[in-house]
Amino acid sequence: MKNSFPLQLHVPEPAARPGQPPDFSWVKVPAAGSVTRPDISVEPAAIREHAYALIRVLDNNGAAVGPWDPKLDPETLHRGLRAMMLTRAYDNRMFRAQRQGKTSFYMPCTGEEAIGVAQAMALDHRDMTFPTYRQQGLLIARGWPLVDMMNQVFSNSRDRLKGRQMPVMYSSKAVGFFSIVGNLATHFPQAVGWAMASAIRHDDRIAAGWIGEGATAEGDFHHALTFASVYGAPVILNIVNNQYAISSFQGIAGGEHTTFAARGLGYGLPALRVDGNDFLAMHAVTSWAADRARSNLGPTVIELLSYRASAHSTSDDPSKYRPADEAGQWPLGDPIARLQAHLVALGAWSDEQHSHLTAEVDSEVRDAQREAESYGTMGTGEHHSPATMFDDVFKEMPWHLRRQRQELGF
Amino acid sequence: MVQALNSAMDVMMARDDTVVVFGEDVGYFGGVFRCTEGLQRKYGPDRAFDTPIAEAGILATAIGMGVYGLRPVVEIQFADYIYPATDQLVSTAARLRYRSAGEFTAPITVRTPCGGGIFGGQTHSQSPEAIFTHVCGLKTVIPSNPYDAKGLLISAIEDDDPVIFLEPKRLYNGPFNGHHDQPVTPWTEHPAGEVPDGHYTIPLSKASVVRPGEGVTVLTYGTMVHVAMAAVAESGVDAEVVDLRTLVPVDIDTIVASVTKTGRCAIVHEATRTSGFGAELSALVQENCFYSLEAPIVRVTGWDTPYPHSLEWEYFPGPRRVAEGLRRAMEG
Repeated sequence: MKNSFPLQLHVPEPAARPGQPPDFSWVKVPAAGSVTRPDISVEPAAIREHAYALIRVLDNNGAAVGPWDPKLDPETLHRGLRAMMLTRAYDNRMFRAQRQGKTSFYMPCTGEEAIGVAQAMALDHRDMTFPTYRQQGLLIARGWPLVDMMNQVFSNSRDRLKGRQMPVMYSSKAVGFFSIVGNLATHFPQAVGWAMASAIRHDDRIAAGWIGEGATAEGDFHHALTFASVYGAPVILNIVNNQYAISSFQGIAGGEHTTFAARGLGYGLPALRVDGNDFLAMHAVTSWAADRARSNLGPTVIELLSYRASAHSTSDDPSKYRPADEAGQWPLGDPIARLQAHLVALGAWSDEQHSHLTAEVDSEVRDAQREAESYGTMGTGEHHSPATMFDDVFKEMPWHLRRQRQELGF
Repeated sequence: MVQALNSAMDVMMARDDTVVVFGEDVGYFGGVFRCTEGLQRKYGPDRAFDTPIAEAGILATAIGMGVYGLRPVVEIQFADYIYPATDQLVSTAARLRYRSAGEFTAPITVRTPCGGGIFGGQTHSQSPEAIFTHVCGLKTVIPSNPYDAKGLLISAIEDDDPVIFLEPKRLYNGPFNGHHDQPVTPWTEHPAGEVPDGHYTIPLSKASVVRPGEGVTVLTYGTMVHVAMAAVAESGVDAEVVDLRTLVPVDIDTIVASVTKTGRCAIVHEATRTSGFGAELSALVQENCFYSLEAPIVRVTGWDTPYPHSLEWEYFPGPRRVAEGLRRAMEG
């Protein structure tokens, strides 16, 4: 049989490119509070529609509505707001520091602060996290010192990672933050392995992994969901859909005809899709998934719908591939502004308090930067000795590395 | 050798409850080569279990468990199937200690049968050791007999770095010397076939001089140790046969001492030649023993072709080819 038309390859294209007006008409935003909140013991098959829905708590007036409202007290909300604002201030300073030549590279999470911060607050501080390079909010919400993070970004003499990792590839065993890796998705099934180990040891700690929507195309994503499903691992599998993998819009990752949450359905896993810029919704779904994991009910897949408001990194120029004012048009708004509006609506926050907090976090970041720079930056000051380059390849240094160290002059 | 490997895992699972064993078919069934037989029955399904057919998933979950504090021993059913796990091994397991400056480590052992001689064709016969020896942060071990296999596997499991543990599958049931047309003698008739029940170790990075000699040093490992011994017996060359046992970090002292003594060197491995581990050994001998060498270094290896099914014995560097290599090394 002969085709009526020649075959054609479909290459997905985003709704708008540079020079065109932003177009988010394809983003369906249901009313806050409209998605049901099932019991954690629900059969995954009974909530398949949740993978295509969008769990939202904060409405357009800053009110918390519906069954997913976590009913957090104002003190917790203040802490969340502060950690998000601190994260944004930190990102802004570090982005500028890169432009000033103080480091080689930086990656902000602007617009995605609710993800790291709300989820860190919903998890137990002993739970293990396997983040990507855009969840610095986890570290900040867990109270990890900014100076230590900056030491890593500056690769200076106090960098605990001895200048080995690119900036933002933090590691902090002390607060359960797994060493960041540039080989995307490799850590995602490792989070499942960690969770399996916790179950094997009858521990009470769970694991959480994060992956970008772009990296869900990697085989490791499939392995993570397969193993998590097969062994009922106590793990939360978060897919951060921030719309872009560097320049490629989410359609190139396979998001054109379905949601990323729906990936979980084929593995028999419960899958939720949540407004990633809604601090309360983020907190609520994370708590729900954590409760499931802790109750031996197994893993949960969560798609966090957000928007990467900044460049992918300091090496990226988004004006080359997306409309310039797209971020301002993102229908789910800004996570900090939305939580601020909520606190104001509750009568627990004022413009004056907000200005005061803005100044406070700025000054905290400035002070931290001053201290970190006193230990050196990428371009100036002290660094780890080249002799340390040969440490930690193995636990004990073998003869060939000793010889190579001598060859280098140490 | 199968029983020796099984005993190593049994001993370690009994001594250390953080040791877990998993892989394709390794749980209930006990592995396609039976190396994990009985472990699930003895230690329960959460310490010895079957996995999906996903080598990258096996390695990734093992690394995650290592980060947690377990000592996973995973089986990749054939070394030929390890490639899907390469990113996990090369980019993460090998470098985790380094990239986190020691905060996180992956003390995993990856057992995998390697080598040909069972008519496995190109997908069940490969010897990919050189791929792993090229990766900084991985240790690569290949035993040649049951006694060593158990002691080395226990050392690998106790080691805090990731270890690739290659098991020459042709040696599972006897000391195969390359004479494929002759009946295989069982390990029970070989001195290294006797394996103590309990815990003992063979240190990593220590070679073994299997046969002392004066004429030429043979650097080899795995199945080829037995092939080399047959070639020595048949050629009459007074060779010193060194079983390297660990390829990285290699026992440079034993290599240098032997080649300095004999002044000649033949390198024998089953893997393909180009960029094989023999190339590294040849460079090390040249760098460390140049002024002792009386002849060019000889390499006897598998050909640079995929392992052919029906032409297996034309591919395999058997005793005849090794003996020719020894004579060449003696001529220069």
